Amino acid sequence: MEQVITNLTYEYLRTKKKFPSVWCPGCGIGIAFGSVIRAVDELQMPKDEVCMVSGIGCSSRMPVYADFNTLHTTHGRPLAFATGIKFAKPELKVIVITGDGDGLAIGGNHFIHACRRNIDITTVLINNNTYGMTGGQLSPSTPYEKKATTAPYGNVERGFDPCNLAKSAGAVFVARGTTYHVTQLQKLVKNAILKKGFSMVEVISQCPTIYGRLNREGDAVQMMQWQKEHAVSVEAARRMPPDKLKDKFLTGILWDIEFPEYVEEYDKVIKRSQGKES
Amino acid sequence: MEHKRDTGKLRLLQGNTACALGALAARVEFFGGYPITPSTEIAEYLARELPKQGGKFIQMEDEIASIATVIGASLAGAKAMTATSGPGFSLMQENIGYAYMAEVPCVVVNVQRGGPSTGLPTKVSQSDTMQARWGTHGDYHAIALAPSSVRETFDLTVRAFNLSEKYRTPVILLLDEVIGHMREIVELPEPDEVKVVKRWKPTVPPEWYQHFEINPHFVSPMASFGEGYRYNVTGLTHDPLGFPTSRPDEIKNKLDKLKNKIEHNINDIIQVKEEFMEDATSAVFAYGSAARVAQEAVRMARQRRIKIGLIQPLTIWPFPDVYMEHLSERVDLILVCELNQGQLIGEVMRASCGSARIRGLHRYDGELLTPDEIFRKIREVK
Repeated sequence: MEQVITNLTYEYLRTKKKFPSVWCPGCGIGIAFGSVIRAVDELQMPKDEVCMVSGIGCSSRMPVYADFNTLHTTHGRPLAFATGIKFAKPELKVIVITGDGDGLAIGGNHFIHACRRNIDITTVLINNNTYGMTGGQLSPSTPYEKKATTAPYGNVERGFDPCNLAKSAGAVFVARGTTYHVTQLQKLVKNAILKKGFSMVEVISQCPTIYGRLNREGDAVQMMQWQKEHAVSVEAARRMPPDKLKDKFLTGILWDIEFPEYVEEYDKVIKRSQGKES
Repeated sequence: MEHKRDTGKLRLLQGNTACALGALAARVEFFGGYPITPSTEIAEYLARELPKQGGKFIQMEDEIASIATVIGASLAGAKAMTATSGPGFSLMQENIGYAYMAEVPCVVVNVQRGGPSTGLPTKVSQSDTMQARWGTHGDYHAIALAPSSVRETFDLTVRAFNLSEKYRTPVILLLDEVIGHMREIVELPEPDEVKVVKRWKPTVPPEWYQHFEINPHFVSPMASFGEGYRYNVTGLTHDPLGFPTSRPDEIKNKLDKLKNKIEHNINDIIQVKEEFMEDATSAVFAYGSAARVAQEAVRMARQRRIKIGLIQPLTIWPFPDVYMEHLSERVDLILVCELNQGQLIGEVMRASCGSARIRGLHRYDGELLTPDEIFRKIREVK
């Protein structure tokens, strides 16, 4: 196992540049990164054809370390940049890395419209319930009553559920994984990449340094222990009585439908405009 | 093929259509936009015509997404543009700054209307002149062009693409409501008469490639995503490889590069049009639709033997400093006519170190200046 990880590290990371990473000890983003890398490797995607796009925030630092075509954009906008890349050059496999602040607050509008448009982009939304890079402010997924530096007396808003949001907005593939369940996460990312159309994988991740400390949730191990105890796969949930699911969250493929993909639909527009198809 | 039918004969065209035709003549491949008056005709025309040539048109959810998708498309190798007006131009500013920083060629058309805020959606203004130079935060150097007729709109749209691709930078094309909606009979050049510049591509192997290479040209060759170079692009201040840096020498080198690629090529970028200037002792300085009116006023003055000429900068940013310095030594009066409360007049004053008096005529009530108004002002200040 050790050997496998090392080989992939050399294969997919930019070894020359900018290590160690910006991520704190115990952060879950590196685990999510590993899952994305292993999924790409498993699919044998040529690195030249992979384009990784991100916004601003802890999770959005990921592309800098990855040996793909990488674009670190402005705060909240990676999906809009990625739409331009995919639309202009459909042969590229576009993976967007975003977080709960980047993707759901400042980038919320682009998020719902990318889902609705159903362009073939895979989005990995790493949800750590806080703005880590700026020091622990309230995010749109901070749970009710939890603390943030800008909600020192507890959050009085409800958090978004990114999966329900993506599903309602029109995404054709929605999944949730955690940084504890790494093999499952790798499979979910792989399936998301394989899916034609807009796919979204939410990764429940831990931020022990900032969010965990503010909310007394313990260290990284304890926070991942919490993930282990509260995550229920959709398959297992079907066999469980509702009262046992009360404080749990679902993982696995939550939504998987077929709908025409945007770039393919636009190809029809091109043909129609040229009078080649009625 | 469609191209041929559209060009090379007399046609009655509005400025916005000429802009779209100019973009097609410059081989635009991608348009991302959001509807806004008075620019929407550009988007509508390209929504219809771009796919006929295999190009891509997308209407985004807002202007922020529009410019983002244009930058993404350009990085993927497409010649890309967007068109908007004041409020949308304001929304785009952060990502226009990204394009300066990441050195991504793209053309942003701003068909100006009255402001601030929602302002006057259907009325003319030149009040985004300073925003075209200083709209986004940070130190950067902008290129902005301002045509004064339908034919000039076609030509300067082509030129905007050429400068953008040549210098790897966004170029702002400043139209205004009058130029955008004015109809004129024009003859457009044949497609093969239009000079089209392609971006400079790398010839080195990927391991030697630096996306932001510092070289004597100050412009780096640009590989597209998917061409085997696998580089990083970020809006953070970066080193020549495109990785974020906080080293003072690398920071300074980056910002110097953005400055030098404009300043060292200033003679290639700047275009100033002159009329009746051979024996002129005074000059009207005007751009965009105001220049069109000023042209008539200057002719009226000439008929009355007033030795006045017209200076029309087609490039308003970078500002023609050296030209204006010389002009201020040649003439004793410069009358600046603008449809705002006074934006470029400050630049004229800054650049004119000679003895010329600088006077201004500013109209900002949503209406165009009239030739009579300018002519009366010429008589008053002369």
